[in-house]
Amino acid sequence: MKSLLIGQMSLKRKGVSHTRPEDLTKSRRRGQLAALSIAAVVIMVGVPLWWRTTETYRAWLPVSQINELANMQLQLSADVEVVFARGTVTPEQQKKVPLTQTQDEEHTVDGDLIFKAVCDPMVTKYEDCKLIHADLSLHTLSESPCGSLVVYVIPESSSLLPEDMDVYIGQRRTALLRIGAQMRVGRTVEQLLAHLEPRIKQVLQVMSFSHTDITAALSDRVRLSPGNKESIADSMRAFKSSPGYEITFSLLNPDPKSHRLHWDIEGAVQTYIQPLLTKLAPVANFSLDSQTLYYAMLGVNPRFDSSSSAYTLNSDSLAHVINPVEARLGSNAASSNPVLNFLLYVPDAHHSPLYIHDNKKQEVPSNAFHSPRWGGIMVYNVNGFYRPEAVLPVDININMAKVMGVFLAQLRLLLGVQSSTAPPGFLMAPCGSTGLADWELDRLMWSRSVENVATATTTITSLAQLLDQIGNIVINDNIAEQVSSAVTSLQLAVAELEAGNLGFALQYSKEAIMASERAFFDPSLLHLLYFPDDQKFAIYIPLFLPMCVPILLSLLKIVSEARQKRREKQAKKD
Amino acid sequence: MKILTFFSLFSTFLSANSINVEENAGQFFSSGHTNNWAVLVCTSRFWFNYRHVANTLSVYRSVKRLGIPDSHIVLMLADDMACNHRNPKPATVFSHKNMELNVYGDDVEVDYRGYEVTVENFLRVLTGRLPPSTPRSKRLLSDDRSNILIYLTGHGGNGFLKFQDSEEISNVELADAFEQMWQKRRYNELLFIIDTCQGASMYERFYSPNLMALASSQVGEDSLSHQPDLAIGVHLMDRYTFYLLEFLEDIHPASKANMKDLFKVCPKSQCVSTPGHRTDLFLRDPGSALITDFFGSVRKVEITMETINLTDLIKEAEQNPMNEKPQKVTYSYVDQLPVSEIIHQKPKQKDWHPPDGFILGLWTLILLVFFKTYGIKHLKHIF
Repeated sequence: MKSLLIGQMSLKRKGVSHTRPEDLTKSRRRGQLAALSIAAVVIMVGVPLWWRTTETYRAWLPVSQINELANMQLQLSADVEVVFARGTVTPEQQKKVPLTQTQDEEHTVDGDLIFKAVCDPMVTKYEDCKLIHADLSLHTLSESPCGSLVVYVIPESSSLLPEDMDVYIGQRRTALLRIGAQMRVGRTVEQLLAHLEPRIKQVLQVMSFSHTDITAALSDRVRLSPGNKESIADSMRAFKSSPGYEITFSLLNPDPKSHRLHWDIEGAVQTYIQPLLTKLAPVANFSLDSQTLYYAMLGVNPRFDSSSSAYTLNSDSLAHVINPVEARLGSNAASSNPVLNFLLYVPDAHHSPLYIHDNKKQEVPSNAFHSPRWGGIMVYNVNGFYRPEAVLPVDININMAKVMGVFLAQLRLLLGVQSSTAPPGFLMAPCGSTGLADWELDRLMWSRSVENVATATTTITSLAQLLDQIGNIVINDNIAEQVSSAVTSLQLAVAELEAGNLGFALQYSKEAIMASERAFFDPSLLHLLYFPDDQKFAIYIPLFLPMCVPILLSLLKIVSEARQKRREKQAKKD
Repeated sequence: MKILTFFSLFSTFLSANSINVEENAGQFFSSGHTNNWAVLVCTSRFWFNYRHVANTLSVYRSVKRLGIPDSHIVLMLADDMACNHRNPKPATVFSHKNMELNVYGDDVEVDYRGYEVTVENFLRVLTGRLPPSTPRSKRLLSDDRSNILIYLTGHGGNGFLKFQDSEEISNVELADAFEQMWQKRRYNELLFIIDTCQGASMYERFYSPNLMALASSQVGEDSLSHQPDLAIGVHLMDRYTFYLLEFLEDIHPASKANMKDLFKVCPKSQCVSTPGHRTDLFLRDPGSALITDFFGSVRKVEITMETINLTDLIKEAEQNPMNEKPQKVTYSYVDQLPVSEIIHQKPKQKDWHPPDGFILGLWTLILLVFFKTYGIKHLKHIF
């Protein structure tokens, strides 16, 4: 090395530059090797390193399973036990009645999702059905699990039901079906079954689930075409399925100078509302609070109606009552659960009594109204409790039973326990002290399970689509975990719905929905800010161009030298 | 004869009344929303952008007046006007010259103020991806039956909107955010109003259904401000929002004005720029959408027809015996600041980044020096 250098320097001083040809080729080859090795290092080590360090971390998602979920068919099955009472079936026919019979009904919902209703009526041999008057005792005959029904077929002549009623729907999961008059003489088993089938189906539609219920529950995936106004109103009124709700009871006292109100809200909630909420525990968690607001006015001035010497609020002005009050109501800052507000308004002494009129100018017996997805307001008049010359302020104890009766009814409506009008010939038992019949709970559970499954499926599929579309979102491991657990829970929920285990199906659907919401709304899923292509070039060119130009030029030089050599060789040959 | 005319009048009155009831019932079902939300964002800070804050606060006042409560409004402002050192009237923000209308007032509730107004926070509010510690007032808790009004104002350009002089949001990001909202059904219908220069470029890229958009100017045009106030020293409002507010002053909660009237607000003669709107993604006819569907909060109500007959008596809660002493519970404070932990914690692991221009330049210099010292002839093979 040193000799070469000295040689070069001496050559320079002399001003002559001849280098030996072998030196030239050797140095040239060394140069070519250096250039090639640098290029190799850049391409094989540099480029992958740059790619790896600038790519976003995306954990693996079960995309194929998610796509499967999108095209899945829901199958709902309900177990129905049909018990023939004495006098309906002759002993010979008993032997011919098939033990199980499955009925399938397929429904298409806008061609997208199909659900099948599978009913398994298990016909048992006839029981010695003594004439029992309360259907609670019927209930003790057979304890039916969640989601199933027992239908007792009673003879025409029985006096359990009044004359014009054919079906009695009890508080628990039982129904009494009176066999028709034409089924008396010379009937065969097939005729009997053919007669009973549509009637049992009708009972099922009232007590379990019907096509409209399920379509409404699936409205997240399939927007309801504006057909039936009733069903739209129903779907708009009830709160969407949520893991928890907050219920707030507020007492509004605009006139504390005249009325000193006492309401035993704790006792009332414990006695009247808590049983319902305990019964609804598999559906959602509820948290309750109550407050009293003083000097809270309604936003509208009621009009004085001289014919009844009372103040009236007509239905048009009711819509404007809620907004000014809502600004005064607080809410729990910690949770994001939907809030149901129940307001009890006691009018001030100058505007008592206050009645609500509907559009036909008739007084409303409950004196209350509710707003979809918000809550309810009841007006409680207290002017009857004290004489006009009494010393103000008067102490008034509010009759909580009456108040809670109204609030309970509104709560049922807002939670989606539909009080559908019963078909003709049906007699419904009044709902018991809990305010909810068992079969109503089952109905709610059916629609909630389907709604949860539909919502969770939509969430997961749209999340997968989103992550696919936007390439620079980082997918962490915990999100992938949540997605996988949501997919598993969904598959389990669908399986349980098929098997007819309503309780488990609801539980799995709740787990699925919580996992899918947690995955979708994870704060880390914010896509890195969008960079248009020209900005990307502007960032990378100053970094890589100075480095790449020497490499490219040297490679080009190698290529041109090789070509020249080849030409020389060719020339030499010729 | 008289009786006939009377009867005909009576029947027409009846039919008109029934049509009215039908219309009201129709109205119930036509809009399909049960609650209203508003997201009002002012994206500028500093004293000379007074007008943007006044814009946003004026819209906030109108929306509150028409019924949307504070719990349903997400207000994002830099909020550095009212208590600015240069404000001759502290604690006020005026929207009319001669200081007629103070839109700051006593009960303004700003949810995101100061440096919290960032593109990230705005997108997080829209998509709902907020950390679990976020309080309820900072969240947009809308559902599939909510109508949302989104109002943006500030400095913008062709396809972007500047946030607080340090970052931008592009129209693609906004369109993607709305699509994410639609996927999760976080809105029923959405009205997007933007008052910036070249505002129409911000709604060009929308592709989700049920969106209606209004902008104060087209691409290539500037939105101009309305009038300066000589006492305060800055322009108080922008033209488009000024005339929008004049229009909204005539709207009351029971008004039946529809969106087509809103499109006529601020024609070119008043605004100098040409306001634009976009309705192709909106499924209903804009003429059937009321102003109060978005700006106000008209609740649907139903009369409660049924009650439940409750006959149980309230059980008396068990009385605690008075002589029982309340148990003493000792409370203690949690460690306020784990100072020792902070001092001794290891530095956070930083991600590796490829070397930047400075390092590369330095290495080029070193290589050049090497070649200079050890011989130019090596350099020949490269250049």
